[in-house]
Amino acid sequence: MKTKGIVLAALAGLLMSGTAYATDVKIGVMNDRSGLYSDITGEGSVVAARMAVEDFGAAEKGINVEIVSADHQNKPDVGSNIARQWYDEEGVDVIADVPTSSVALAINDITREKNKIHLNSGAATSALTGESCSPNTVHFTYDTWQLAHGTGRAMVEAGGKTWFFLTADYAFGHQLEADTSAVVKEAGGEVLGVVRTPFPGTDFSSFLLQAQASGADVIGLANAGGDTINSIKQAAEFGITQAGQSIAGLLVFTNDVHALGLEVAQGLVLTSSFYWDLNEGTREWSARFEEQMGKKPSMVQAGVYGAVIHYLKAVEAVGDKDPEKVMAKMKEMPTDDVLFGKGKVRADGRKIHDSYLFRVKTPDQSEGEWDLYETVATIPAEQGFRPLGEGGCPLVE
Amino acid sequence: MFELLGIPPQALFGQLLLGLINGSFYAILSLGLAIIFGLLNIINFTHGAQYMMGAFVAWMLLNYLGVPYWGALLIAPVVVGATGIVLERLLISRLYHLDHLYGLLLTFGLALVITGLFRNYYGISGLPYGIPAQLSGGQNLGFMFLPNYRGWVVIASLVVCISTWFIIEKTKLGAYLRAATENPTMVGAFGINVPRLITLTYGFGVGLAAFAGVLAAPIYSVNPNMGADLIIVVFAVVVIGGMGSILGSIVTGFGLGLIEGLTRVFYPEGSAVVIFVIMAIVLLVKPAGLFGRTA
Amino acid sequence: MSVATESGSTNLAAAQDTHTVGMPTHHKVIFVALLVAGLVAPYLLYPVFVMKVLCFALFACAFNLLLGFGGLLSFGHAAYFGSAAYVSAHAAKIWGFTPELAIVSGTICAAVLGLVFGSLAIRRQGIYFAMVTLAFAQMVFFFSLQAPFTGGEDGIQSVPRGALFGLIDMYPDRNLYFVVLAIVFFGLLAIYRIIHSPFGQVLKGIRDNEARMTSLGYRVNRYKLAVFVLSATLAGLAGATKAIVFQLASLTDVYWTMSGEVVLMTLLGGMGTVFGPIVGAAIIVSLQNYLATFGDWVTITQGVIFVIAVMLFREGIVGVIAKWIRKPL
Repeated sequence: MKTKGIVLAALAGLLMSGTAYATDVKIGVMNDRSGLYSDITGEGSVVAARMAVEDFGAAEKGINVEIVSADHQNKPDVGSNIARQWYDEEGVDVIADVPTSSVALAINDITREKNKIHLNSGAATSALTGESCSPNTVHFTYDTWQLAHGTGRAMVEAGGKTWFFLTADYAFGHQLEADTSAVVKEAGGEVLGVVRTPFPGTDFSSFLLQAQASGADVIGLANAGGDTINSIKQAAEFGITQAGQSIAGLLVFTNDVHALGLEVAQGLVLTSSFYWDLNEGTREWSARFEEQMGKKPSMVQAGVYGAVIHYLKAVEAVGDKDPEKVMAKMKEMPTDDVLFGKGKVRADGRKIHDSYLFRVKTPDQSEGEWDLYETVATIPAEQGFRPLGEGGCPLVE
Repeated sequence: MFELLGIPPQALFGQLLLGLINGSFYAILSLGLAIIFGLLNIINFTHGAQYMMGAFVAWMLLNYLGVPYWGALLIAPVVVGATGIVLERLLISRLYHLDHLYGLLLTFGLALVITGLFRNYYGISGLPYGIPAQLSGGQNLGFMFLPNYRGWVVIASLVVCISTWFIIEKTKLGAYLRAATENPTMVGAFGINVPRLITLTYGFGVGLAAFAGVLAAPIYSVNPNMGADLIIVVFAVVVIGGMGSILGSIVTGFGLGLIEGLTRVFYPEGSAVVIFVIMAIVLLVKPAGLFGRTA
Repeated sequence: MSVATESGSTNLAAAQDTHTVGMPTHHKVIFVALLVAGLVAPYLLYPVFVMKVLCFALFACAFNLLLGFGGLLSFGHAAYFGSAAYVSAHAAKIWGFTPELAIVSGTICAAVLGLVFGSLAIRRQGIYFAMVTLAFAQMVFFFSLQAPFTGGEDGIQSVPRGALFGLIDMYPDRNLYFVVLAIVFFGLLAIYRIIHSPFGQVLKGIRDNEARMTSLGYRVNRYKLAVFVLSATLAGLAGATKAIVFQLASLTDVYWTMSGEVVLMTLLGGMGTVFGPIVGAAIIVSLQNYLATFGDWVTITQGVIFVIAVMLFREGIVGVIAKWIRKPL
């Protein structure tokens, strides 16, 4: 009788501790809140992270999540300062988002040094899962290799054999160009020429004219943000697409297309991991997002949602927030969320999922302000990303 | 086939024409800066932000009030010029007796505030603004396809620059202005309201920036940062032309557009820095700029 | 350019002139207070943050040496700060230099750059001087973007902090902190010494009336060049140290907005004062740090501060205090 009482008491104690010692998790959403990428990341990513915590029902599952945010202003020193302070002083466990490759690489380093977790959604550089890969980083949404291959291969297969690149003259642009050239050549195409444009640029007409003079089938835009918007706007003005050349945007977000307007952007082919109008799940989620932000989510913001969900699932499964255990769990468990469907996190930290080849609709086809894309093809997860082992990541034997 | 440094002459001609078109923007913007500097002795760092405001006001007119491009071309400069007048009356006018530095710092601060506010409301991706129907399409010139709109930009810019030059150099109003630059007390003694003249001049200079903004809206991305980097280049143009020289700023604006155009063909990476190289050389050889008078 | 005259510090400077021998007591007190604050700070605040403040304080003071005491407004000081950061980062990462040697090499690079650019720029005055320095800074930016060793916009990342003299591990923040504190304090004392030396007196003379000094037989340009090189060197020292602290050097360090930021710090704190730039740097860096959550509002707040500073207290915070207590600071 007495022993039974003790066992009961111990059981009760265990149960109690299950709620009393709930895991406290602090997630820092760090991104650009004032500059070039503030629309595709910014406050929207914070909203997405908050939605992930609610949808996951973290509180009911005994995980107490606090979300903080900061602006890294696209400056690596500002970003690394915040990251160190977050990890050392403020007990942040996870840094999420981080667009701008230079800042992402810095955060990647610090996170490894401090043994925390970095869930990257915003940065494009494939170096995060290549030579700079880290056991503490998950690169969730997209990368340059994926975009270059998705768009590059599709364009060559559609008959765009010869290419001319407008490359933003910085490391990101160079990488995008190199990745795409490789695909084009592999698929039997040819690169006729490249022009390196100063970054950031306003007037691209001169470069477009050079591209036109080259007679290439496809003009590849290895740039991002305002550079892409300006070059597409001016390509339309100079009648480049009417004259028979196609434009391939290698990194284009829905917000960019929205800013251009369909009149100018129509016919543009691009690759993306996410679009709000893919299926019932994405539409429902995007509608809730729009209620808070007043616009549809970008691929990066969707990625923050997916990454936080997956992280919380791993924390729940481990019952602890120990970075090594949680990272191991994240790589072991398949991913599954309403926005990206099924996928997984590979040994090098690359998260893989289906990606989509889209074509921008004509104004006649569009039925609303955000009705921008039609799906051309779905690229399966296994083909969409750089094969494991080709990136030179030391974590992969 | 005849080629010049590996480029066929037709292509080169096309590039020069494009350079001239870009030069049109430099010319209008630097003209505004030069007028403001000439009369107010203020280095107007807000100019880039005001150029951006011009483009945004054009967008607002179209989307909120349904006013098309042509209306915006007239209204936007007036609206933005009016905000400039308010700034001049409230803030800038209190700094005339001080060193250039303070005017520069004040307008730099104002530029940060204006850009920040616009970013807060409209985000960074930018807004769509189409080419007016009357100017869509283009001409095939044989050596290149020239969009009608670009042709219009050059014409509009030349007309505005030449008429401004004419007003300042050849009319009575211009004479007052120039006189007020030299000796405000004397001009005041003749019964001219010098402070008002100064205020209106600032408004006019700002209006020119806004005019350039409206011109730019259909072809460049309309976003809050569109003037931020441009301002540094336009500064360089004004300095090369000679601070405060009207003719200098116009000629240098177009000239540097051409040089930048050529750089884009022969050394594209360097096209962003070429203006600064020229500025350093010019200032070291001709201290007051190409058309400036040595103080 | 007679900036300082208008900022009202000429009288103060004149008052200061009487103290060329030895340091006035209240300056001694402030230096000791600063040192004590510096020693205590890492135990109260986050050390990396304080190191950032220190580096920018030195940068602003170096800039102020040129503007406040030499009367020369450079709009391109990012060139010296940033290039030193690159060289220091490269030396530590690729050449495997110990941190002190890396910082020294960065500083030397800034000094050489300052000598070359300075000898050309000082031939011009006022706004033209500012524009020439801006032009040179843009060229340095262009070089940093293009040169292979700078890593484009990624910058030079994961720079090792190494071990001081190969002996003391610099990875623990507090170890590094005291080294940085020593460097910055040395830099500040050097600047103080320069300002109050006979050389500094001649500089102030040139600032207030160049023609007079020329007619008195001073080789004005030599003095200007000397102060330019000194300022560039100390700015380089700040940049080189910053690269080791943050373990990276990037394009931000050489971009023109960095040149603008240092003007803001100096103006806000009080140009032509000894301690003003330190205060200005501390305020701006704290703003950037603590307002980081608010995104756009950082820019807007900075802009508003600029406007208020220009409209209401052109002497800067320390300048205003100096007026109140009627002692030069």
